[in-house]
Amino acid sequence: MENIVDQIQGVPLNHYIIFCSIMFAIGVTGVLIRRNIIIIMMSIELMLNSVNLLLVAFSAYRGDPSGQVFVFFVMALAAAEVAVGLAIIVMVYRNTKSVDIESLSKLRW
Amino acid sequence: MGAIITLGILGILILYVGLYKAKNALLPVTLLGLVVTLGFLVSDWQKEALPLYNGMVIFDHLALTFSILCVLVTGLILLLSKEYFNRISSNVAEYYSLIIFSLLGAILVNAYHNFAMLFIGIEIMSVALYILVGIRKNDLASNEASLKYFLMGAFSTGFLLFGIALMYGASGTFDLAALQTYVATGTDISPIFYAGILLVLCGLCFKVGVAPFHFWTPDVYDGAPILITAYMSTVVKIASFIGFLRLFSEVLVPLDSFWTPVLLTVIIITLFVGNISALMQSSFKRMMAYSSVSHAGYMLFAIVAIGATSASSILTYATAYALASIVAFTALILVKRKTGSDLFESFNGLAKRNPWLAAVVTVAMLSLAGIPLTAGFIGKFMMFNNVMGNYHVVLLVLAAINAAIGVYYYLRVVVSMYFKTENENAGSDLPIPTNYKIVLTLAALLTIIIGVYPDCLIGLL
Repeated sequence: MENIVDQIQGVPLNHYIIFCSIMFAIGVTGVLIRRNIIIIMMSIELMLNSVNLLLVAFSAYRGDPSGQVFVFFVMALAAAEVAVGLAIIVMVYRNTKSVDIESLSKLRW
Repeated sequence: MGAIITLGILGILILYVGLYKAKNALLPVTLLGLVVTLGFLVSDWQKEALPLYNGMVIFDHLALTFSILCVLVTGLILLLSKEYFNRISSNVAEYYSLIIFSLLGAILVNAYHNFAMLFIGIEIMSVALYILVGIRKNDLASNEASLKYFLMGAFSTGFLLFGIALMYGASGTFDLAALQTYVATGTDISPIFYAGILLVLCGLCFKVGVAPFHFWTPDVYDGAPILITAYMSTVVKIASFIGFLRLFSEVLVPLDSFWTPVLLTVIIITLFVGNISALMQSSFKRMMAYSSVSHAGYMLFAIVAIGATSASSILTYATAYALASIVAFTALILVKRKTGSDLFESFNGLAKRNPWLAAVVTVAMLSLAGIPLTAGFIGKFMMFNNVMGNYHVVLLVLAAINAAIGVYYYLRVVVSMYFKTENENAGSDLPIPTNYKIVLTLAALLTIIIGVYPDCLIGLL
């Protein structure tokens, strides 16, 4: 365990922050510009996983386990959310025969 | 604490009741469970508020009052649910149980004392709602609303989590009390903490649905079944606001010079976008969706002018708004059942056909518009008073203009009820089931009572 923490600390903390921010930004861009619902969901997963990585990095640097425990919560709830999300996509697919976000434009002001 | 456990067990119990086909027992069991929950919440009132479970949750007066409000509003909505759900599907146990789980999440958000609980509460609350919004499986509008709500909810959770991660990185803790000492004592607050505040603010703004993060609100509120819309625009909105209020009033007050300008911009955009869009709607349901955006803007007043009276003014405003929304959505269910549309025109001539229903809806609309002698006026008055105390005069003037715009579109409903005639083929009068009558009367009476004697509510906090 000590070994792993040492390895994590081998990379400067700022690099983790920058790397995670870039990954998060890629996720956000993906949600905003992609049209396929499955890919939007993958982008959201990317956002959540960048948060996980950031939490683990902070946790290792501070020697405080609560950040890693938080990661478990995030993973568990993200899994629950994806389960519901995929069910919703299947429901939409049955009605529209498409996973394109443009196929849903019934509600519009 | 008993409240959370009761609701957790209740949700599972209802699933079993549904499994054994005891359909008639569903509503009584659910309501009984809510009464027990209410009992636990009330009995906690006198106890000293200490963080429980290693500082995970705290049931102080703020959490208790708003949890009680959420439970009561859920109870009112459930009273309407019986034949409403039966029209959608024959297996209704899941709907009750999902509403209860969502309420459980709302209570966790009310009572969180650790960011982990804020996150878990918001997720429990929303994941149950993603399903509830889509319960009309063959209705495209419901599908679309469900998908949009899911994508936007998950997206905003990402922002919230990134913000929490950055705040953790700066302070090394998720606990609100520890964060409070970090903010209060630290003269050298790390810049990533400020970035964290902004991201958490974005995430929470998504959840309460204020502009510029409001674009999902009208679509989701419009597409969802009316009863679920009523639940979303009351319980979920109230709980998210308390999450907001607790974070800002307990932790971030010393940094108000940083976040006040951001929040002021958000409020001004929200008020104008919400009210002007509501003005242009032809559908009553969509008008209510935009009006909920603008009401979220008014409720943010309490956070921008944070102080001792913030909690009680949010309580008054939220109660008034919840009661009026329940009346409005209940009336819409009845009217839509008869005319089949949720446009303003479907209210035409309601006063002649059903004077009592028209009178109740009028009270609700006046309360939403903020006319004196209704609860909505007291709520608006307290919000404006807060802001005036903090000398945000520009905000006050803009808010007054918006309140005036609001009166126009709320009174449109009243005008079509009283002064327009319905089309000839309208047919017979619309039957109102007894449970609807009870809920409507109760909500309208409470609106007027709070409007006349606001002290009964203000004294609580």
